[in-house]
Amino acid sequence: MTEAFLSIENLSARVAAIGTPILRSVSLKVIPGETHGLVGESGAGKSMIGKAIMGLLPRAIEITEGEIWLEGRNLLDMKRGERRRIIGAQTAIIPQDPLTALNPSRRIGPQMTDRLTHILGWAERKAQVRALGLLEEVHIRDPKRVMHSYPHELSGGMRQRVLIAAAFAAEPKLIVADEPTTALDVTVQKQILRLIAELKAHHETSLLFVTHDMGVVAKICQRVSVLFSGRIVEQNEAASIFSNPGHAYTKSLIQATPRYDRPDESLLPVDPAILEALDREIATHDRQQGTADG
Amino acid sequence: MVDRHKLPMRLWLSGTWITLFVAAALFAPFIAPHDPLAQDLLYTNLPPVWISGSEPGYYFGTDSLGRDVLSRLIYGARIALVVAVIAGGGACLIGSVLGLFAGFFRGWTDVLISRVVDIWMAFPPVLFAILLIAVLGTGLHSVIIAIIVIDWTRFCRVIRAEAMQQSRMEYVESALVVGRGRFGTMLVEVLPNIIPAIGVLLSLEMGIAVIVEAILSFVNLSLSSDDATWGGMIAEGRTVIYHAWWILVFPLVALFLTVLSFSQFGEGLKERFDPVLK
Repeated sequence: MTEAFLSIENLSARVAAIGTPILRSVSLKVIPGETHGLVGESGAGKSMIGKAIMGLLPRAIEITEGEIWLEGRNLLDMKRGERRRIIGAQTAIIPQDPLTALNPSRRIGPQMTDRLTHILGWAERKAQVRALGLLEEVHIRDPKRVMHSYPHELSGGMRQRVLIAAAFAAEPKLIVADEPTTALDVTVQKQILRLIAELKAHHETSLLFVTHDMGVVAKICQRVSVLFSGRIVEQNEAASIFSNPGHAYTKSLIQATPRYDRPDESLLPVDPAILEALDREIATHDRQQGTADG
Repeated sequence: MVDRHKLPMRLWLSGTWITLFVAAALFAPFIAPHDPLAQDLLYTNLPPVWISGSEPGYYFGTDSLGRDVLSRLIYGARIALVVAVIAGGGACLIGSVLGLFAGFFRGWTDVLISRVVDIWMAFPPVLFAILLIAVLGTGLHSVIIAIIVIDWTRFCRVIRAEAMQQSRMEYVESALVVGRGRFGTMLVEVLPNIIPAIGVLLSLEMGIAVIVEAILSFVNLSLSSDDATWGGMIAEGRTVIYHAWWILVFPLVALFLTVLSFSQFGEGLKERFDPVLK
């Protein structure tokens, strides 16, 4: 197997003040060029994994154990400044909500070139040319005008395109897409997904794709981790997860996703018995952790 | 949504009054028909021109020492403007800077600044002002210092909350990842978005500063009662209100309109220009 670009090992995190676990021994690998789907319900800790990689966990949350390796170096061992440089140069985020991800009082242009001028030390001019090229790549008409616009002058879909372009600007090796289509109109979602896949293929980037939508996973991911309560319940090739889900929970998630090729099939809610079993599994895990620690 | 190309009515009205007010203050010596300090004991308590018994040339009448009310009103605008700009601006500067630091950096910076604000706000403001002036001595500079010292907390509280909220935005997080320093991020990503709030607060504070100065003049802790201040005029007019109401009413109206205009102007500006609201 190819050397993983990103490798998370045994990562656990909890709310520092009250000890509630957020992530429970999470391990996953993303190899270069691969799209890894991170699926789970709201509150399963999907976004927290992305934030942990970026070093953006809220202050109240502490990492209790585990390692995050990026290109053979453990991010959690690094000093803050060093870590930021590596993160800033090698990774990028496509955020969930395009409305809060752009500063309303700054023009689009400088917001896109920040990363290039600050981390890579590019000249302003060169960075602008690059930004223009990227805006064209995400199919924005009249990129010059958009560069001079303020965020409120653009539609939600346009803003998400801008953010995608900005994410690819510094040629990062890994992009964390944190539910990039959730805040968008259904009609725009599909375009945005296609766009991300297109740019990803063109730039040969690895993608960690956080979503709650099994349908999206089926479309663009090669590998999938299914998360429940901060614990990975199943991890496999996307193809085999859909054809032969190994865990009852994964199966029920798939059944709960609408399929346009089989419109007559009815959607099933997740069986409470499965959730109970999962809760028991997690309680066992927590107990083992407790005895291991103490 | 309001038509973006048309200025709202409140901006027009308040802007007009503020322009008049500033013009009166700047050009007082040219506009005022009389010397505001010149007494004329033959012409005391003259009514405004439109009431019988008035003297031509004394448009708003005279006070109990025969000084021209209109001229005093115009010269009073000078002091009000100085207080509004310097005291309001000073309180705004100190409070906003501290509030921005507290809200953005959080941690011990926030704890320290917030505790000071809490303690500060527990003092009764008017007594605090009187105490300060007792120490500093009466005079315009003491009034200005007192207003700054007391009112910076007003800014600090609000700007801290605003900065805190703005700092939670995703673009602030990504600016940090992207390698802009903490301080740079604060100036570039957070500050511009709280400027509208600062503007509104500043305009309110300018009004409040004018009122506080008037109150302190009223209780004779600002300038001497010879000098033309609106507060001083109101204090003096109070004693003769039953037979010379105009001495009290004109400065009161001027004060009222000025304070109202400041707050409405600030709100109007926010409505018109705040990119966050759009």
